[in-house]
This record gives sequence, structure tokens and C-alpha cells, in this order.
Amino acid sequence: MLWVDKYRPKTLDKVIVHEDVAQNLKKLVTEQDCPHLLFYGPPGSGKKTLIMALLRQMFGPSAEKVKVENKTWKVDAGTRTIDLELTTLASTYHVELNPSDAGFQDRYIVQEIIKEMAKNRPIDTKGKKGFKVLVLNEVDKLSREAQHSLRRTMEKYSASCRLILCCNSSSKVTEAVRSRCLNVRINAPTEEQIVKVLEFIGKKEGLQLPSGFAARIAEKSNRSLRRAILAFETCRVQQYPFTSNQAIPPMDWEEYVSEIASDIVKEQSPKRLFQVRGKIYELLINCIPPEIVLKRLLFELLKKLDAELKHEVCHWAAYYEHRMRLGQKAIFHIEAFVAKFMSIYKGFLIATFG
Amino acid sequence: MAPVIQSSQQWVEKYRPKQVKDVAHQDEVVRVLTNTLETGSCPHMLFYGPPAVLERILTMDDLVRIDNFLHIEPELYKSRVLELNASDDRGINVVRTKIKNFAAVAVGSGRQGGYPCPPFKIIILDEADSMTEDAQASLMLCGVPWKLTPESQDSFSFVITSAGAFSDAFFQIIEPLASRCAKFRFKPLSEDIMTGRVLHICKEEGLDLDSEALSTLSSISQGDLRRAITYLQGAARLFGSSISSKDLISVSGVIPQEVVQSLFAACKGGDFDVVNKEVNNVILEGYPVSQMLSQLFEVIVGADDISDEQKAKICKKLAETDKCLVDGADEYLQLLDVASITTRVLCNMPLELSYEN
Repeated sequence: MLWVDKYRPKTLDKVIVHEDVAQNLKKLVTEQDCPHLLFYGPPGSGKKTLIMALLRQMFGPSAEKVKVENKTWKVDAGTRTIDLELTTLASTYHVELNPSDAGFQDRYIVQEIIKEMAKNRPIDTKGKKGFKVLVLNEVDKLSREAQHSLRRTMEKYSASCRLILCCNSSSKVTEAVRSRCLNVRINAPTEEQIVKVLEFIGKKEGLQLPSGFAARIAEKSNRSLRRAILAFETCRVQQYPFTSNQAIPPMDWEEYVSEIASDIVKEQSPKRLFQVRGKIYELLINCIPPEIVLKRLLFELLKKLDAELKHEVCHWAAYYEHRMRLGQKAIFHIEAFVAKFMSIYKGFLIATFG
Repeated sequence: MAPVIQSSQQWVEKYRPKQVKDVAHQDEVVRVLTNTLETGSCPHMLFYGPPAVLERILTMDDLVRIDNFLHIEPELYKSRVLELNASDDRGINVVRTKIKNFAAVAVGSGRQGGYPCPPFKIIILDEADSMTEDAQASLMLCGVPWKLTPESQDSFSFVITSAGAFSDAFFQIIEPLASRCAKFRFKPLSEDIMTGRVLHICKEEGLDLDSEALSTLSSISQGDLRRAITYLQGAARLFGSSISSKDLISVSGVIPQEVVQSLFAACKGGDFDVVNKEVNNVILEGYPVSQMLSQLFEVIVGADDISDEQKAKICKKLAETDKCLVDGADEYLQLLDVASITTRVLCNMPLELSYEN
């Protein structure tokens, strides 16, 4: 088992990083008066861990016995029926699903499937009416219509069903949905917190940690706990006992982007642009999301630039990323950014050195 | 053990007005409605207003149901009232079939079971602004034929409600449809009324709210009563019965002023790397960028040491960025862009690179 899963805190009491949030959530549940919740925060900050721990707190250990179900729903949409395939993760008490998987048909999921699930009210052994929890991931990726549909569902079935929404940025969730939930912000753990977690894992595994080693991993992790733990485990596999100056392997795609960045800075010509295109294609084929490629590329380029150029370059990065969102083919926009950068940089070089 | 529900009801639902006269402070509307009742003739009605006063939307179906506002016998409710909202599919097809079929059957009047049952049906279309234009057009036409024959003249009546961001929701209702309806505009609640309502809830729930917290609540909820109540409930659940203004800020998702100020200070400093670090921090702390923008906007407009021209330039960028965010652009890049422009404007750096072209 990966350490990331092995050392995932199972209950709210064992949470190390977001102790205050966990305590508040616990209070929330003990009053048995749970509102709809919206968790938001950057990736790797522990949203999912908290949600799972919360469910356990609510329903006891049986909430962890989940089974994966792949079901095809037939949705009647007026003139035709639409088949929607949806993977859900369900226990007796909760259902977890990813409504944005359905792409542009997400509206039907919200209108039909979630409504259907929300309507059914579970009854516990004592014959009391319980409530069901629906965990919806990536609500920020839902279309506007789907979010509109969600708002009424949330009100209408609030007696029998609680929604736990989970997303990266709450800007993309409409106001109407946000105002119906208790918003819980999960920030990325600080480097000290990451160090604390790594040391905890090290102790459990019986590892000798040279001083400063955990801090270095934390620094490289960009404040993502998941990444830090994965990197830690990789280091363990590569070399043990640790030495304090052991190299922490970077992600290979990041290496690759940094290579692209130095290529671009070295030479600005159509020929180089062509080569860069090949490399970017390589990244996209390996399923690195285009916006992450662009962001990383900007990050690498900014390291190599003078202050006045930085402003200009980050403006164009934002500009092309926005266009990428509106358009269809990401490669065009990344390439446009690269070309734009080349032209700015070349102009700068000519102006400075003649 | 599965949880037992005692007071699992959302406060928003719990304290929703139950009777027409309780409807929070929309006097004219209430008067007209009451009149309508007494005379027994009911025009098509269109309710609209900012989302703040949502109390009203559901009031309408509650009106029918709970208060017997329209004096329909409970058993007849199903056959007399059709309610559709955005969680139902409401394409043109539904209008053509479901609504039309429902409306086509005329009902008689007559007192049944002690209720003066009005001789028409009611169709409630909630959140009509999210209906497609086609559907609205066909809605309008489907209203016409039944109006032509005198005997079925009053056979049904639409109640259309439209919620949405302020008045633009109204403009999403197409003109010909709007002109067929009696329009009721619900105004945003004034601060006194909100405070009164909030205090009422506090009393009912046994909460302790000091005056500072109260003013914080009204400022963070921006006149939106539902939001205020939701925050209040959230804070009450998390922090117990005595609530301070800090607790309210932490549940509301408003960004603490220090964070905004430190970003602003970084922009003033003029060093790109410091700004970048600050932006990164905002993102990693998980603050929503749209919220950041609006708070940054307040800081910039309120600042005394910035010239009007500088303010204008920054605000222009803020507006553009807001649009980009709505389109789904990446938060980090957009905020960085804003911060970079702000830096350049504040430090009087040129916005365009001079050696270009």
C-alpha cells in the first residue's frame, strides 16, 4: 500500500494538519444537525481525507466499506433517451460521484440521477429516518445549467439528503449554490506541517531521518502534502539510509518542461518553435493537463527573465490560458504563447544588445 | 448508528414566512395579492427581484399550500397546481406537452370542503430566467388559445418567478412574455428589516450576537437574507451559541483584510518576485480569487494615495479578469496578471513594452 493511503487519517481525531477544521467538523456532526457542506482548497490539501473522516464520524466504520458501481442510467430527455454511464462509489450511507464526468450532459445527472438518489430516504434498523450523504466531486467543473439545477435539489430534499461538495476553486461555483452551503476552506498545509507529517511517517516506518531532509522534501512539494509523501516514498525506495544531501527526484514532466523553457530562451526561431511543438505534444499525449503545462512553463521562464519582462510574459500567459479555456485545441494556444514569448524576448535582446 | 434528525432542518426553510402577511416587507406586492384574492381574478404574474429576497419565491408555492392563500383545497392541489423549477427539464418539449396538457383541461369553480376554490389552475414556473428563449416563446403562444374562448378565459394562470443576479434576471424573460404578465418587483431588503429578522432568529434559537457581529453579518451578506441566515446557522453550529464577528468571517469565505492588504502592499513595493510569492500564497491558502478581486477592488477604490487615473487603469483590468474567471480561466494566472498590472500602475512603470512593434 502506498504511504499516501496507509497514513491517511481515518478519524477526525487523528488528523494532523487541519486540526481546527477537524474539531469544528466534529462539533458539527455531534450536534447531528449537518448542513450542506462545500469544501474548497488547492489539490493535495486534504479535502478528501477530511470528508472521509467526517463520514466515518457520522456513520461509524461501515462508511468505509465502499463498493464501486458502474451503472448505466437511462434518462428521458423529451424526444430521445440518453444513456449515461456513471461510476459511483457507494457505502450504505453515502454515495460518491463525479457529475462532471458526463461532460456537457452533466445537467441530466443533476436533474435526474442526483434527484433520484436524493429522494430515497434510508431507514435505519430502529426504523428511524436517517439521511443520506451525497458526495459530489469537482463541482467547479459543472456547467452553469447543472449548478442551477442543483440549487433547487438542495433545498427540496434537504430533509433526506445532505450534499457534500468538493472543488478546487469556489469562484467557479455559482453564488446560489455557495450560499446554500456551509463553506469550508481547506488551505494547503504549510511546510512546517508537511515536515511534521513526514516525521510522523518516518517514525512509524522506523526510518532514520537526517536533519533537514524532510524540510527539503517539503520545500520541493509546493505545499502539496500528497506530493510530499509520494516523493518521500520514492526517496525511500531509491536510497536508504537517507543521506542529508540526497537528491529528491523531481517529476519527470517538470524536468521536461524546464528543458523546453531553456530551449526557448536559447534560440528564437521558427525552427525552434517547431521542435518545441513536438515536445509539448509529447507532454499532452502523456496526459499532462495543458493548463498545468502552461503554468509550469511560465514558472520556468520567469526564473530566467529580467523584472520588466516578467510582467509582460505573465500577462500573455494569462491571456493565452484564458483563450485555451474558450477554444478547443490546447496545443494552438500553448504554441501561440511560446511564439509570443519568443517575439518579446527577441525584441528585448535586440533593444538591449543591438 | 445512523444519525437521528432532530433539528436538521435548514434555518432558511425553518424561518420561511408561512403566511402572506408575514412575507417580509414587500408591502405593495402583498396588497395586490390580497386584492387579487378577494376579487377572485388572477392575472398571469411575474415575480422578479434580486436573489436576496428569495423568501418570496417559495412563498408563492407555500402561499398556495400552507396558507391556502388561493383557497384551494389540499386534495385538489395536485390537479390544480403544476410546479416546475430548474431542477426539472424544461425544454421546449415540456412546454409543448406537459404544460399545454395541464392547461387544456378546464376546471369548474365551486366551493368544495369549505374552500372557495378559484375557477382556474395555477402553473408555477420557478426560476424562469434559466428557461431557454424557445421555451419561453412557446410558453407565450400556448397561453393564447385558451384566452380566446370566453368561457375558458380564466382556466389557468401562470405564476412565473425569476431569480437571478439583480435585475438582469428580468431581462432574461423575453419581452412578449413579460408583457402578458402582471409584474411584481420585489425589492432588496433594507438593513433594518434584515437586522430585525436576524435578531428574531437569534432569539428563537437562543443565540448571542453582539452588535459588532451583527454589523459584520449585514456587511458580508450584502443584503442577502438567505446568505445571512446560512452564515448564522453555520457559525452557530461550529462555534456554539455565542458568535463573534470573527467566527462569521471564517464561515462566510470572506478573505481576511490582512491578506488583501499584504497583496496590495506587495504590489506597491514593485518587486515582481514578491508579488508572485504573495499571489501563490493566496492560491495555496485556498481563497477564492473572485472574492479576492472584489475585496481588492474595494481597497483600491478606497485608497487615498492613488490618482484617479491609476485607479481607473486597475479597475479596467479587474473587470477584464472577472470576465476571464467566469469563462473558467486559471485563477493563479489571472490573479498574477492583475497583480502585475497593479504593480506597474502603482509604480508608474510603462504598461506597454517600449521596444515592441
